[in-house]
Amino acid sequence: MFEQVFQFLVTGITVGSLYALVGLGFALIYNASDVVNFAQGEFVMLGAMAAIALLSAGLPLPLAAVVATLLAVGVGLLLERFAIEPAAGASVVATIIITIGAAIFLRGIALLLWGKDFHTLPPFSGDAPIRLGGATVLPQSLWVLAATGVLVALVRAFFDRTLLGKALLACSFNRTAAQAVGINVKVMLRLAYGLSAGLGAVAGILIAPITFSSYEAGVMLGLKGFSAAIVGGIGNPMGAVAGGLLLGVLEALGAGLVSSGYKDAIAFLFVLMVLFFEPTGLFGHKVAERV
Amino acid sequence: MRLAGFYAFAATVALLPALFPDNYFVVVVGASAGLNVILAVGLNLLMGYAGQISLGHAAFFGLGAYASAILTTRFGWPSLLALAAGLIAAGLLAWAFARPILRLRGHYLAMATLGFGVIVHVIMVQATGWTGGPDGLAGVPPLDLFGWEVSGDLQWYGVIMAAALLAVWLSLNLVDSPVGRALRAVHGSEFAAQMMGVDTARAKTQAFVVSALFAAFAGSLFAHQQAFVSPDSFDLTVSVELVTMVVLGGLASTFGAACGAIALTLLQQALVVFEDYEMLIHGALLMAVMIFLPQGLFVGLTQAARRLGSALVRSRPSVAA
Repeated sequence: MFEQVFQFLVTGITVGSLYALVGLGFALIYNASDVVNFAQGEFVMLGAMAAIALLSAGLPLPLAAVVATLLAVGVGLLLERFAIEPAAGASVVATIIITIGAAIFLRGIALLLWGKDFHTLPPFSGDAPIRLGGATVLPQSLWVLAATGVLVALVRAFFDRTLLGKALLACSFNRTAAQAVGINVKVMLRLAYGLSAGLGAVAGILIAPITFSSYEAGVMLGLKGFSAAIVGGIGNPMGAVAGGLLLGVLEALGAGLVSSGYKDAIAFLFVLMVLFFEPTGLFGHKVAERV
Repeated sequence: MRLAGFYAFAATVALLPALFPDNYFVVVVGASAGLNVILAVGLNLLMGYAGQISLGHAAFFGLGAYASAILTTRFGWPSLLALAAGLIAAGLLAWAFARPILRLRGHYLAMATLGFGVIVHVIMVQATGWTGGPDGLAGVPPLDLFGWEVSGDLQWYGVIMAAALLAVWLSLNLVDSPVGRALRAVHGSEFAAQMMGVDTARAKTQAFVVSALFAAFAGSLFAHQQAFVSPDSFDLTVSVELVTMVVLGGLASTFGAACGAIALTLLQQALVVFEDYEMLIHGALLMAVMIFLPQGLFVGLTQAARRLGSALVRSRPSVAA
């Protein structure tokens, strides 16, 4: 029993790390532009699918991963320039529809490029399971954990220690004030979209050897990432990471101990419960409405 | 005068099948547009007037459909009784869910309603004993209206359009009632509405329940019309489509929502021709409309027409004087 639970925990933390990365992307964009980007899951899908396509075109895996990530960053920048920037000042509902439209558009492109088939990447370093106590861990899980750890630390350091990161944070606190002290808000916005597209793509490439990817693969991952960001209190990057891990672990425990078919329902039930008791997430700020 | 638009809409709906009898586009696509009108007009009460987004509205649509399908096929209930049971179930669920969920704002509300929709959809897929699982439930008997069994495309067109007109009429009247005014106050500023003595929690709950009832009603009709229900008709994509209809037509306008519903239904029919390009065009159009006509097609175009009209009047000073 204990060994089983331990195994579920390992699975949960692996999946949770990916949710954390996607959630981190949500938080970055929300911070910079007050927009929840429903196309975030599509960056994950694009990263995975592009890496798979480049690998089968003959590129070595590391190069394919880098190029796929850069491609996704490019798409993120284009999204900001041609869909978000022209709609500055739009209502919450309008921005939700715009980003949902972008998500459908990107899915449509993926469908045209790669069809409806499922694809997968070979694991980065073999698939011989590693025994760890009573549980087994796939080497790919270790890749996921290590990469997530490094990326989260980098994002943290970026916000805490670099001038650019602080400028980005300033935009999220007060855009007008940021502009007034000479921060180029437009550039900061693009930076946030590029960064979060890159994070999403890396998550997609990391998970591609574990699951099957298709043009629709980003939908659920995007929703789970959004859940992670919401549970953590939207706009709180480290909250999103905690939310993602929590969500992944609960989902894995629910799938293993209750029913795997109800796994998604369990995850969203947890999100609803959090919102019922903490309407602004576990680590969110309380907000007051101005009349 | 207030209902002039309503009469025009009713006349168009009645004339179309007379002018184009047995036309697939009028009778079949028209019927599905009619169902979407009921759904969109109901959702607009919540989104357009109360200003609360719902990304899980397909759940109530599905609840009505599954209530009708399960009660008639598995328990042999008469169809009208099953329809009423579906309405009661959807109303109660919406009422119980409204208080905790409508305290949330903005993106938190979007998340909660989205999660609700996903949970209901997962139950439809997983509770195979009741719902038939992913394969759905077939053999839903025809709708029996006091001895008259609705059958054939033309009869269904009539029934669904009558229901859609009822929905539009109810919505127009509701919006102009004290409840409607309270809702608009909530939309403007919830805090200010509270200060003016509006019971905002109650107003929002009412809007949520009414829009759930509209959706469940459409769901029951849908189950009987198709004689079949499956989870695919009630997933997140459908919820998003419903929101799109409301926003496409223009928020806070009953006719806007109705036009959005009709426009999206026609668009989807037209895009089928493009096969693999359908998704790409759908997404691009959604973005384009929201970026360039953020008030929606109907509201945006009527405003443009009004500006044009007043510009014409001003260019002829002799008339104005």
